[in-house]
Parts: sequence; C-alpha cells; structure tokens
Amino acid sequence: MSLPQTSIDVSAPADARGRSESRPVRGALKAPRTGGTRSLRRRMMLDRAAPYLFLAPWLIGFFVITFGPMLVSLYLSFTDYSLLSPPEFIGFENYERMFTADPKYLESVRVTAIYVFVSVPLQLAFALLVALALNRGIKGLAIYRSIYYIPSLIGGSVAIAILWRQMFGQTGLINQVLALVGIEGQSWIGHPDTALGTLIVLNVWTFGSPMVIFLAALRQIPVYLYEAAAVDGVSAWGRLRHITLPMLTPIVLFNMILQLIGAMQAFTPAYVVSGGTGGPANSTLFYTLYLYQRGFTGLEMGYASAMAWALLLVIAAITGINFWLSKYWVHYDD
Amino acid sequence: MTTNVTGIVGSKRGHGRKALSHFLIIGFGMLMLYPVLWMISSSFKDTAQIFSEVSLLPSPVVTDNYERGWEGAGIGFSTYFLNSTIVAALAVIGNMVACSLAAYAFARLDFRLRRVLFGAMLATIMLPYHVVIVPQYILFAQLDWVNTFLPLVAPKFLAVDSFFIFLMVQFMRGLPAELDQAARVDGAGPWQIYWRIILPLTIPALATTAIFTFIWTWNDFFTPMIYLSDPRLYTVPLGLNSFLDSTGESSWGPMFAMAVLSLGPLFGFFLAGQKYLTSGIATTGLKG
Repeated sequence: MSLPQTSIDVSAPADARGRSESRPVRGALKAPRTGGTRSLRRRMMLDRAAPYLFLAPWLIGFFVITFGPMLVSLYLSFTDYSLLSPPEFIGFENYERMFTADPKYLESVRVTAIYVFVSVPLQLAFALLVALALNRGIKGLAIYRSIYYIPSLIGGSVAIAILWRQMFGQTGLINQVLALVGIEGQSWIGHPDTALGTLIVLNVWTFGSPMVIFLAALRQIPVYLYEAAAVDGVSAWGRLRHITLPMLTPIVLFNMILQLIGAMQAFTPAYVVSGGTGGPANSTLFYTLYLYQRGFTGLEMGYASAMAWALLLVIAAITGINFWLSKYWVHYDD
Repeated sequence: MTTNVTGIVGSKRGHGRKALSHFLIIGFGMLMLYPVLWMISSSFKDTAQIFSEVSLLPSPVVTDNYERGWEGAGIGFSTYFLNSTIVAALAVIGNMVACSLAAYAFARLDFRLRRVLFGAMLATIMLPYHVVIVPQYILFAQLDWVNTFLPLVAPKFLAVDSFFIFLMVQFMRGLPAELDQAARVDGAGPWQIYWRIILPLTIPALATTAIFTFIWTWNDFFTPMIYLSDPRLYTVPLGLNSFLDSTGESSWGPMFAMAVLSLGPLFGFFLAGQKYLTSGIATTGLKG
C-alpha cells in the first residue's frame, strides 16, 4: 500500500498556518513562548485526558451497549423472564430444558450443524479453486474478481432470499430449466428433505468474499519460491502442492473460522424462505431463527438469553478447537 | 509487482490454454449470475411469463411490474426507500466518526489502559449479536426508542462495530510515526494531529468503512424487524418481506421489480468503491 506522499506535504504546513497562538519554530524543542504556564498546564492536562476523550464514544458503547448487556443476558439466562413481569431466578433450568425437554431446540441445533458443516467446506473449496484459477496472471482479473464477488454482496439480502423462494419453488426457475431436459422437479423449498439444501446452495454461492481473501494472500507468496522451484524443475502440480497450498494454510484457517462463525448466525434466508416458520417440518429452523421465535414471538427472554449464551460458548469452543487443530496442518513461516 | 506465475511456464502452448481458462472462468461466472440476471429480466416480464420463460431477454418489455410494485401493499416503496436511506446514511456517518476517534486513540496515543481496552475491543469483534440483543432491547424499550430509528443508528455513534476500529487501527499503524512527531514539535496537540494529519491519510480505510457499513445496514433484516413494527418506518428489507407476506406468491413480477430496485444501491456503492471494498476484505476478512 503506497502512501499518498503529497497529501502529507499539504497537510503539515496547513496545520502550522492554522495555529496562531504559538508560532512554530522549526526544530525548536522548547515550549511555545506565548502560551504562558497556566495555559500550558491546561494544555498538558487536556493532552493527558485526550486518549480517553477520543475513546469516550467507544467506552460508552462498550459498557452500555456491549459489555453491560452481555452480563445482563448472562444473568437473564438463569431466569424466567417474559418482559411483562420481573425476571424470576430459576438456576440452570433454561439450560436443562434446552437439552432435555425441548426437542425443537435439538432439531434447530441439528439443522444448523448440517448447514454449517456442509456449506462452509464447500464454500471454501470453491473460493480456493476459483482463486487459484484466477491467480495465473490472467488478464481482466479485477473484472472476474468483481463478478465472483457479486453473490457475496447481495447474498444476505431479503431480495435474494425472495429470488431463492421462487427459484426453488414448484414452478420456479430450477424446475423450468429441468423441464427443458425432460426432468420433472418437485418443490425443493416445500419438501423437508431438500429445503435445507437450497439454503446450503445459497451459502456456497457466496464464496466470493473468502475468494478475495485467498487472492490477496496468493499475491503475498514470494515469487522467489516459485523461481527456485522452476530452476529445480518442479512441476506445476508440485509447486501447488509444496509451495502454494502450505503458504495458504494460515488463510484457510482464518477464512474457515470466519465463515463458520458467520454461518452459525445465518438468519435472513431461512426466515424469508420459510416465511418465518423454519418449515417445512422444521427443516430450515436455524438456531437464530428459533432464538428469535422464542424470544421475540414467544417473549421467553430468559430462555432466548440462555440460547444465545449456548451459541456463544459453541462459537468459542469451535474457534478454540480450530486453533488447536491448526498446529497439525497450518504452516507458519518460521 | 504481481506474482506472474504463468510467466515461468512456456508461452506457446499457453495461448490456447489461456483462451480456454478465460472461457471457463466467464462461463462459470455467468452460470453463477444467471439467477440474478434472470430475476432482473423477469422483472420486465408479464407475471405469467415468469413461470414459463427461462430466457434472459424479456419480450415484450413490460414496466407495469415497477409501477405496481412501487405502490406496494398499503404503504409504498418510496417510504421504505426513504427510511432505508436515512438509516444507512446515519449509520455510515456514525461509524466513520466514532470508529476513527477510537482507532486514533488505540493506534497513536499512549495511555495506561491501552492494552486492556484494546484487548476488550478485539474480543467484541466476533461476539454474536444475539448475546446482547435481549438486554439491548429492554434498554431501548425503556428509553422509549422502539419504533424509532434510534436503536438502529445510535449504537453506530458509539463505535459498537469494532471491526471498523480494528480496520482503521491497522491502517493508522502503517502511517509513519514521524508525522506525529513533526507536528508535535510544531506545537500541534492530539486533536489537530487527528483532524489534520491522520484523518486525511486514513481516507482509504474510512471509505472501506463507509461502504461496508452501507451494505450491512442496507441489507440488515434482523435488527429493523425487532425494533420497527410500524409499517411507516419499515426499511426496504422489511417492506419486501411484508409485500411477500401480503400478496402471497401471486405477484412475482412486482416483487421481483422491487427486489431488483432494492439491490440497486448495493451495486452502485460496489461499483463506486470497488477498490476500497476488495482491499478492505483482504485486510480484515469482512464478510460482505
């Protein structure tokens, strides 16, 4: 990344000119003369307070909107709370209920797990393959990269969820195309066996954003490695196998964690495609969708908080396991 | 500067191979975009045709869907678009201001709690929204903010989207420290250094922040759904969803027309800020 050198030259004199109370003397390290000790002290105090003043919005946000609510929701997860009457402490009851008395919860865990562990590996595989294909010094890389990125740009929108609902419906686009080759399709979204599949396809379709990250990482691999390999007569496959892929493993890990966390929290497509129900037969009941139903439709805020904390713990665990496993396959450069 | 790997491989047989790979890359790209292109073309088709035409060229071209869709069901899409624009614009401003202030403190100033607070900031990047949603809702309900845009906008002015702080910290750390030192020698305080030196040089990161904030806010469905129940305050995604609910699946034409319109601003920002967008994804791995 190159810095626009000119703008530094422009902004520095402008800064000096704008200040009237203390005329800058180039190279002079003594305190500004005209200021006097009182204003100097005030100025020093202001400078000392400055970091916290700069941080003030974030500090308020952190404590009032993020960290405080986090603690409150941890507390609420141990209560029975319907918004209408004050929370009532019930210990671990919410958590027990999740795993022993709420089959629908377990169903939502199952659906989400399938969604995450099928769609993310496929998505990353596509991202890597297309990035490798695009990284062969091909002309028009910027245009191709943009084309492949478009689904990531729009994939999470209601508009695309609506398109998906039409496409995979009984009389939708997919079945029209299938009819051209003489296959009679079913309603993919209306059938419990295939509804989740359509959402998996949607997530795989948005492989553009990990692909862009792979492309950036591919550019970072030093050329001399390839030159040395070429001198030694290593085949293209050998270069891919022994240089490119090992050098990419940290980015694979990074992308994987990012996409896993994102997929576990997917909501919009399932909501729109199933009309908010998670149907048919709970087959698209994503974790967050069920959380929404419990919390904001059923007003079971304590239970919803417990679900949220369980999600946080699972995300933390999966991320931790990934880092732990990474020492077996991620190549670090030293 | 790019690693031209193919340059190492011979060039003669590379020619045909290159043409083939262009062909494959374009072909696969078209296959991926086909549904979107089909939706755009279908928005200009007669509703009956949508269910019988896989072609990308509507004939005849019908604009009736746009007229009918714009009217919506009850409240028109002009209201939804206006609402979305207000929310997105305020969110963009909030994130640019608040995140750059915090980033400057983390990247360039020295203070006692810096490490602890920076760690706390990083820890919130991956925090699932759902962990805070219930207490946040209670808080905003007590402030009487439900059915206003404030719950969607005010958090941005408090730098809650810590990804962008991180993005800007990374960027600011890349700026030479001599800049600050020289300015300090010339008598500039932290505010002047922030406003006149660091901020102008951070424009690429600010642009990335603006584009991503816009895309996320424009696409956001979950937060507005929780806080907005008055249809007059609906943002575009809520409007689309309620249009889908109220018309059932009987009017795909108008629905597609409005869906296409809702994607328009995303494409606009994407084309205008492509450079910042891809560099932003590459440095922090933001998901679009």
